[in-house]
Amino acid sequence: MQVNGEFRPLIVAFCCNWCSYAGADLAGTNRLNYPADVKIIRVPCSCRVNPMFVLRAFQRGADGVILCGCHPGDCHYTSGNYFTRRRMTLLFSMLDFMGIERERTRVEWVSAAEGAKFAKTMNEFCEAVAKLGENKRLEDLRCKK
Amino acid sequence: MQEVKDRAKQLLADGTVNRVVGWKAGEFSYDITPAVFTSAEEIDKDFIYNDFCAPNLSKYLIKESRKEGKLLVFLKPCDTYSFNQLLKEHRILRENVYVIGVPCTGKVDIDTVRAMGFQGITGMESDGENVTVHTLYGDKTVLKADTLGDKCKTCKSKKHVVYDELIGEDGEVNTDGARFELVEKLEKMTADERFEFWRGELSKCIRCNACRNVCPACSCENCVFDNPASGIQQRAAVNSFEENMFHLIRSFHVAGRCTDCGECTRVCPQNIPLHLINRKYIKDINEFYGDFQAGEDTETRAPLNAYTFDDCEPGIVYSRGGNE
Amino acid sequence: MHRIGVFVCHCGTNIAATVDVKAVAEAVREETGVVFSADYQYMCSEAGQTLVQDTIREQRLTGVVVCSCSPRMHEATFRKAAAKAGLNSYMVEIANIREQCSWIHKDMVSGTEKAIILARAAIAKVMLNTPLTPGKTPVTKRALVIGGGIAGIQTALDIAEAGFDVDIVEKQPTIGGKMTQIDKTFPTLDCASCILTPKMVDCAQNEKIHIYSYSEVESVTGFVGNFTAKIKRKARFVDEKKCTGCGECVEKCPMKKVPNEFNLGLDNRKAIYIPFAQAVPKVATIDANYCLMKKNGKCGLCSKVCGAGAINYDQQDEIIEEKYGAIVAATGYNPIKIDKFDEFAYSQSPDVITSLELERLMNAAGPSNGTLVRPSYLSKQDDHEAHPKTIVFVQCVGSRSTECRKGSKEYCSKICCMYTAKHAMLIREKYPDTDVYVFYIDVRTPGKLFDEFYRRAVEQYGVHYIKGMVGKVSPRADGKLDVQGSDLISNEQLHVTADLVVLATAIEPDKTARSIGTMLTASMDTNDFFTEAHPKLRPVESPTAGVFLSGVCQGPKDIPETVTQASACAAKVVGLLVKDELTGNPCVAHSDELMCNGCSACEKVCPYGAITYSDKEFRQPDRTVAIRRVASVNPAVCQGCGACTVACPSGAMDLNGFSNSQIMAEVDAVCR
Repeated sequence: MQVNGEFRPLIVAFCCNWCSYAGADLAGTNRLNYPADVKIIRVPCSCRVNPMFVLRAFQRGADGVILCGCHPGDCHYTSGNYFTRRRMTLLFSMLDFMGIERERTRVEWVSAAEGAKFAKTMNEFCEAVAKLGENKRLEDLRCKK
Repeated sequence: MQEVKDRAKQLLADGTVNRVVGWKAGEFSYDITPAVFTSAEEIDKDFIYNDFCAPNLSKYLIKESRKEGKLLVFLKPCDTYSFNQLLKEHRILRENVYVIGVPCTGKVDIDTVRAMGFQGITGMESDGENVTVHTLYGDKTVLKADTLGDKCKTCKSKKHVVYDELIGEDGEVNTDGARFELVEKLEKMTADERFEFWRGELSKCIRCNACRNVCPACSCENCVFDNPASGIQQRAAVNSFEENMFHLIRSFHVAGRCTDCGECTRVCPQNIPLHLINRKYIKDINEFYGDFQAGEDTETRAPLNAYTFDDCEPGIVYSRGGNE
Repeated sequence: MHRIGVFVCHCGTNIAATVDVKAVAEAVREETGVVFSADYQYMCSEAGQTLVQDTIREQRLTGVVVCSCSPRMHEATFRKAAAKAGLNSYMVEIANIREQCSWIHKDMVSGTEKAIILARAAIAKVMLNTPLTPGKTPVTKRALVIGGGIAGIQTALDIAEAGFDVDIVEKQPTIGGKMTQIDKTFPTLDCASCILTPKMVDCAQNEKIHIYSYSEVESVTGFVGNFTAKIKRKARFVDEKKCTGCGECVEKCPMKKVPNEFNLGLDNRKAIYIPFAQAVPKVATIDANYCLMKKNGKCGLCSKVCGAGAINYDQQDEIIEEKYGAIVAATGYNPIKIDKFDEFAYSQSPDVITSLELERLMNAAGPSNGTLVRPSYLSKQDDHEAHPKTIVFVQCVGSRSTECRKGSKEYCSKICCMYTAKHAMLIREKYPDTDVYVFYIDVRTPGKLFDEFYRRAVEQYGVHYIKGMVGKVSPRADGKLDVQGSDLISNEQLHVTADLVVLATAIEPDKTARSIGTMLTASMDTNDFFTEAHPKLRPVESPTAGVFLSGVCQGPKDIPETVTQASACAAKVVGLLVKDELTGNPCVAHSDELMCNGCSACEKVCPYGAITYSDKEFRQPDRTVAIRRVASVNPAVCQGCGACTVACPSGAMDLNGFSNSQIMAEVDAVCR
């Protein structure tokens, strides 16, 4: 999306309810700034995120998709993020294989105490995606405004 | 192969089975199609097992094994992996199936033959060493080894992992990793080149669903792409995103379950090397989580339904190098 | 027809300072399905909630979106408010425009823009919400405790104290567990029996507690509040009801050469036996492997002398079935087998013993009646000096191992440092002419009065602590042991000539724990310790609802810690049993049987064992009937993580409250 002549990426962030969503809340409570480009979608656990959702976001115009979950070993449901880790490793590797820019996808573990890490991660991710520019390789022209 | 035919007739005659799942000729002699036989007469008339019998019969057993009585199926070594994988997923009723393992030295691939420059092919014959190609412009004999598809050239295993009895000798598992060479070649390309490659290939997709329908792992009662409630229903790939989407989701759904039988590529009317997508998953799984061959047994957990505490992080995709 | 109401909160200036709340309310009014929108100073206040409730009634709202602070803060508040106004509480969604918007953005324009997008996402989601009703299941007011050691005893006593029935299933003939074998306890040095046996008696006398000794759990089915367990009562060939525990039979039994497991094989018992004097239940048990009557039908002495007529050689194993609301795993531990640790010569010399064997040697009821003698003297293998004059303790045998040796453990067994200090101190107290050496990697003594205790051993009792490991123990021809070790502080190799070597052997979960874990679908770690529902915040619960953890089966711990955990566990059990029915979380997974392949992928990733399969008949489009294997989710057990929804290739699994279509609608809305 172009805002005042500058490209602003659209970032979809899936956050697990127990750690990362709480971490994002903490970033807010501590007034830690990160770009408004980031739109958070709450899921019970990172393992709820279906690869379909990631592709859907790209289809609808997202320029980057990030998943945040509890640190391995800290999952509220004991094992959810371990499955996420495998699923997303393979999915991202496949997207890379298909020639989709690697920097558009990311998984980060953020605990409920890591508000600062959440803000830092989002800042970094936004910057990295902004550098890539608009998502062209996984876009669906019908969804363009 | 008379031995195969005779054994089928024997088992029908002694009542062990009441039908046989095998192969028969299609429109052309090289164009083999799966078939169900219920009598010795039918077998004598149509049953074929030769160097053109590529179709993997295991998927048909999902429906067939739930019918009345026991059936006989012939499985080539690579088909037994699919059979095992389906057993593991409770899709085939093992007690209703009598499995005879048949040997395989690779199957002639019509697309490979066409790529050799043959046109107007009217028939083919193989003696195991050489293949005689009949065309409108005359006959020509070539080495069978040259007519194999990528699936057979880099055959993963000549060993039957499951059977009730074997005809011929059992072979060995091939561990030379040659089947990943094409994937490696793609990995070495730049991201732009890979994108161009796949765009070029996938844009050929006409969404005929042949790959899905033939795939023994793609055996859902109701495919997400046919299901309006899934949110990603699509009957035809309308644009480039949907072409990507279909193959990305399909391959992810079979990741860790795909036995690398190569049927997807074999049946693709557009000659898209779809098996490379699946092989990329297999290669990644082997590298990240240790060697795993789907269908090797019926117990081991599928890699995506398992984990270890110290699995690699998704960041490995960015950090392991390779071209961007 | 959707009739959505959107309520935008100012949160004082918390939101209103960076988000133009009026503009948000204005913008969302244009959204399809929205029939009402308003902003208000404090939506969570009494007045704000009243506004929401009044609007629900007046506008006949079908869904509510509150744009406010984090749902982690006030989702429950607004759900309750909606329910009071007659709207299903799960028809409420929160757009987080404070923590995730106004507080992080400085610019009013982008803040407002983002708030509108977040509101739209919540609206898109709420349109797909379905009214949910938490399921209710009754609770069987009875608990099962598997394992009758100090952990199981304490848990059972506390549950019974609260007024609930408890069954203890113990595989040994008596309850009491490992603590019965221990002589004295650290750091107070009081005798273990003196504090344990009254508790055992309490169990026996408590009307609420039923002890199934010499019994094992065969199978468990069901789920939280509604378990059914089959318990195998192994035949002990003695009628428990008739036996008075007089011991006449034991006295007369001619079969004397049975290794006595209670004394770890340091002496023998009879074929009919009572493990020890204070056993509970105090009932004799016939060991069929040794009983002459059982083996060849010739003897029957015990039956003749039993005045109560309790002996029954024909007794059979019996299976009983009982229903439980909660199950406690208290399966305890065992020292690891150290026969393979050749360097310590454990299998070569009787004078190399484990710490637990030392407990028996020092115990007044032990094989040497409490006099510390060398086992080789005790078994009359030599006639050297009875009392060991030099004793070497080796710490961390099989614990904290970095090598991949089979049988050794990576973890710290936690109790060894303290009991070794205890042993050293007791020996120096009773036999001051004995030299005591302790080879250690680290001495770990956190705990109340623990470090003081260890320092007393060093400073007051003159125990020689040597930092370093023992490399080899070699039995010498003269019966003594050559202990070769390193002293890391003076950096030299040492040789100590010892009369007795005591190995602080690693402890491991009891071998039955794994099968019990499987039965309970309770997850375990790679060491076969049960996993907690949360390592910090839910340490006495298993991730499987209704299964609780007591004692060492969860991880190494000493007696005070075990008792603490056992009581904590009881409190959790009581908290469950006191409920008449359980209200579930309705945001659980469910499977669409028409789409399910029955492939078992979902079951594999479910941490709670909530998914089961059954064969069902389905009418096919061609009017035939097909039988297919399909999954079903037990909503009482499912916790709603959603792992199964992604494992399912056909999309048959979906999650209430976070359905595929809801999440995709949110994605679409934020990307619009």
